[in-house]
Amino acid sequence: MSALTVLADGEFEAPGPSIFDFPPLWQGAPVWANKPVLLALLGALLVCALAWSAFARPKLVPRGIQNIGELGYLFVRDQVARPFLGKDAERWMPLMVTLFFLILLWNLFGVVPFVQIPIASHIAFPLVFAITIYVIKIYLGIKHQGFIGYFKNMMFPPGLPKAIYVLLAPIEFLSNMIIAPFTHAVRLFANMFAGHMLLAFFSAVGFWFLFERLTVTGAAVGVLGVVMTIVMTGFEIFIEFLQAFLFTMLAAMYIGGSLNPEH
Amino acid sequence: MTLGAGLLAAEAENPLIPHAYELIVGGFAFLIVFVVVGKILTPRIQKTLEERTEAIEGGIKKAEDAQAEAQRTLEQYKAKLDEARHEASRMREEAREQAAQIKTDLREEAQAEARRLIEAARAQIEADRQQAFAQLRGELGRLATDLAGRIVGESLEDETRQSRVVDRFLEELESTDGAAVR
Repeated sequence: MSALTVLADGEFEAPGPSIFDFPPLWQGAPVWANKPVLLALLGALLVCALAWSAFARPKLVPRGIQNIGELGYLFVRDQVARPFLGKDAERWMPLMVTLFFLILLWNLFGVVPFVQIPIASHIAFPLVFAITIYVIKIYLGIKHQGFIGYFKNMMFPPGLPKAIYVLLAPIEFLSNMIIAPFTHAVRLFANMFAGHMLLAFFSAVGFWFLFERLTVTGAAVGVLGVVMTIVMTGFEIFIEFLQAFLFTMLAAMYIGGSLNPEH
Repeated sequence: MTLGAGLLAAEAENPLIPHAYELIVGGFAFLIVFVVVGKILTPRIQKTLEERTEAIEGGIKKAEDAQAEAQRTLEQYKAKLDEARHEASRMREEAREQAAQIKTDLREEAQAEARRLIEAARAQIEADRQQAFAQLRGELGRLATDLAGRIVGESLEDETRQSRVVDRFLEELESTDGAAVR
């Protein structure tokens, strides 16, 4: 904030995309040793630790943290895996649980004080997940439907007038092979990016008008900024949960579509 | 600090271009979580949930069995109770019949006894009467003969005639007074 004070002599400047760029943690450290990378690894370990304490020795009658863990597990199973994977649900639960828990925790980092960066706001992280799902999707599709069958089912869904296929086939190919993985990753990334930006903006407004340049008229704006920061934090928690759910659900949908074409 | 750092930089990085090192770290984190949570822990909770389902289903089955058992026992008890009730009513009926039988028997016996007594008394009376009659006949014969002898003044020596006269008299007597004696 000191930099802001020095630079801005009277003009409020809204935070831009640069707030997502982090320098190395200390002087002379390698370029990758920055805050998001460290938190990503920390988050992965935290998910492992939490899951371990919940599921390492599961009891028939759950106690304490196992209850919470089961709540999450059953949510993934009943809302994500079973509707989209049907009888294959149990087999794919490890991947779905991994995706949901890791993304959820990384997202929630966005509203934890001092941590305050949703990991998925760096596109590399959602991209890793999306590419993995993309590879699995194509592999399973070709394995279960055959190479020709997979693309035939994708581009030429039965029961349509022939002329439509001229239009439909390229659109389907494009949407399934190129757009789907891209939107899969970008949806999560963009939500986290925008959410963090909003929070940063409102807290910057509050900070600027209540501390940096406190004036009678400005104070009202500052108070509004603080109130909006609180409101948006609540909203962010909801969005972070929703996006973790949505990402996992889409993964299940893609895999389910490859296992059982044209349901 | 972050804000300042961002503003100090000449230009922000393009947020849509992934850093290679972040891809590697992301993949690594994904792999760790997948192995630990997905491959090690998920099967455990899957197994536990399955066991729990079985336990609950087993519990329900057990409860159903117990209920069926209770129902069976209840029916058995009811059947037994019915049987006992039947038995009791049957015994009551029997007792009543027996009592009635005993009553009739006793009555018949008493009647027979009474009849016997009456018969005996009647026989006794008849015997007494016969005896008295026989006695009376001798006495009366003698007295009458004496009286007649005295009145007539003539001894009726002839035994046979005497006896005949007496007999005739007595027969007359009997024919007129027989009903009165009885």
